[in-house]
Amino acid sequence: MWEYTDLVKEHFLNPRNVGEVEQADGTGDVGSLACGDALKLTIKVDDKGIITDAKFKTFGCASAIASSSALTEMVKGMSLDEASKITNEDIADYLGGLPKEKMHCSVMGREALEAAIADYRGLTLPMAEGEIVCECFGVTDLEIIRAINESNLRSVEEITNFTKAGGGCGKCEDKLREILQRTVEGKLEWIKPMEKPKKMTTLQKIKKIEDVLEREIRPGLRKDGGDIELIDVDGDFVSVSLRGACKSCAKSQTTIKEYVEKKLRELVLDTLIVEEN
Amino acid sequence: MELHNDAVIYMDNNATTRIAPEVLETMMPFLADYYGNPSSMHTFGGQVGHALAKARDQVANLIGAEPEEITFTSCGTESDSTAILSALQTYPEKRHIVTTRVEHPAVKNLCENLDRLTGHKHRVTRLKVDADGMLDLGEYEEALTDDTAIVSVMWANNETGVIFPVAEMAKMAKERGILFHTDAVQAVGKVPINLKDLEVDFLSLSGHKLHAPKGVGVLYVRRGTMFVPFLTGGHQEKGRRGGTENVASIIALGKACDLAAERMDDENTRVRALRDKLEEGLLAAVPRSMRNGHQTERLPNTSNISFEFVEGEAILLHMNRYNICASSGSACTSGSLEPSHVLRAMGVPFTAAHGSIRFSLSSYNTEAEIDFVLAKMPGIIESLRQMSPFWKGN
Ligand SMILES: Cc1ncc(COP(=O)(O)O)c(C=O)c1O
Repeated sequence: MWEYTDLVKEHFLNPRNVGEVEQADGTGDVGSLACGDALKLTIKVDDKGIITDAKFKTFGCASAIASSSALTEMVKGMSLDEASKITNEDIADYLGGLPKEKMHCSVMGREALEAAIADYRGLTLPMAEGEIVCECFGVTDLEIIRAINESNLRSVEEITNFTKAGGGCGKCEDKLREILQRTVEGKLEWIKPMEKPKKMTTLQKIKKIEDVLEREIRPGLRKDGGDIELIDVDGDFVSVSLRGACKSCAKSQTTIKEYVEKKLRELVLDTLIVEEN
Repeated sequence: MELHNDAVIYMDNNATTRIAPEVLETMMPFLADYYGNPSSMHTFGGQVGHALAKARDQVANLIGAEPEEITFTSCGTESDSTAILSALQTYPEKRHIVTTRVEHPAVKNLCENLDRLTGHKHRVTRLKVDADGMLDLGEYEEALTDDTAIVSVMWANNETGVIFPVAEMAKMAKERGILFHTDAVQAVGKVPINLKDLEVDFLSLSGHKLHAPKGVGVLYVRRGTMFVPFLTGGHQEKGRRGGTENVASIIALGKACDLAAERMDDENTRVRALRDKLEEGLLAAVPRSMRNGHQTERLPNTSNISFEFVEGEAILLHMNRYNICASSGSACTSGSLEPSHVLRAMGVPFTAAHGSIRFSLSSYNTEAEIDFVLAKMPGIIESLRQMSPFWKGN
């Protein structure tokens, strides 16, 4: 069970400002069903630039709902300028803190707020202009740099906890490390000298496996009129389906074990076990 | 830390069960007064040995085994590991194992690490399940080869309660001269098991799933089946499992097996009816909800239901407010990014897997509790859906 503060629990059980404000002046939509959490923030702004109302709709766990609720309470009555200074740390602090694996919920709140303010001002978000670093979760370099500065992040793992960047396929880990080094350069004691290698997540494996299938394996199979499809990855078990000529081929087991598994072990992870679906 | 158990509505019995009061009463003297070592020469210890022998009889009785076929272990996980590794050492030239995609991590993760543990390369075939969570026996038959050392197939699934045709599968393995292990941790005490009528070589069970304490398990090894111990050490358990016995818990497990035999009818009639009432009531009251797992080939106590467009952790925490205890296959509850491997193997879409809740009952549940849960759940789901940006109404 997660260790949630009483405030998180309270905001989760009695969320404030659920819904959508009528004729919203600004809307911020972030996250997706696939990512596991999503937030739609709507705000009402008066002619003096004061946020007079804010409402949210959230799909996700307790901390996602609590962060959304906290955010709406914080911004009501603020000027847009004040509101745009709110950081994810402010949201987490308002709730008495969040478990570190759940910090991305507060980041989602801050992002929705920015998106809503930008929408009101008719602007394109600077964040959206940055260069996408993490393709899985669509996180830009500007967002990452900002999170590093605001929350004093000092490792790739922390970046993932706060922004989700690197939590998918992991291909961007080197880039994240580089951005981290660049951003904290000159600051004292900026990094733990050695990070222990992270265990690959299933999403990371899927991406890498898809990559190798496409580059190394499909071309050969297609020459023989066959094809291969990745069905699922469960721990180290990789289930694939052979298609076309390969499907009826008597040697399909050999293809899978001698060719596909060998390549995947060589190029992705040497403990993978390939099975036919 | 503050502890509480006031008026808990406990519907998480596949996770663990309460120790039956009769069981607790039976084991207490062996914690307090009769602390002797059953291997000792003196009567003070020797009498504990007699109590252990009785427990062995009680366990054997529940599953239709002989007392000498019962080996006490520390948990279900140890029993699973012991059986599979024993088979691989018995037939070191055979390098293939057949199992399923929905096993408990006790078997699943062992199979993933066989090469590292044994120092040999192994081939693992994991049988597929269909949308109901059922196996295809044709695929199973084809998977058995001369190189197959052991089949390990769970009797009943912990997440969905789906029951596999173990009797038939064991027979098919035996015809090919292949050892057969079943993880019956979720089945023992809930459905009748008579090993005399089966061709099963190894069976695992765990005390804390049938109202005995945590930290005690059993491995059944059929008489005549070759066996290599996992823990070597003293001569306890006839050399099959070294280590001074967890006496009080073993005695508790014996008593729990007697109780399970007495309550088997209740489990399969009253508890089943309660489960059905709960499930049918929820599916009728909550739109966009569905059962995960075969309707009839299932444990009488388990119901796994998906509520679309809401997230499992959020549901559980709302239930927690009413002291209702259950589990979820959602990703957020485990801290990983993916939902349960069992639901994924069944092809349950992510949107539904994220919102899956497992209710698992026991004979301690009452109709009033079912009515209470039925009264509360639709409101919980509705309030979370009102909050969900994806919910567009029924
Ligand atoms: C099917 C199954 N096998 C094995 C186990 C592990 O049992 P134990 O906790 O006693 O190691 C469990 C318990 O969660 C289970 O449900």
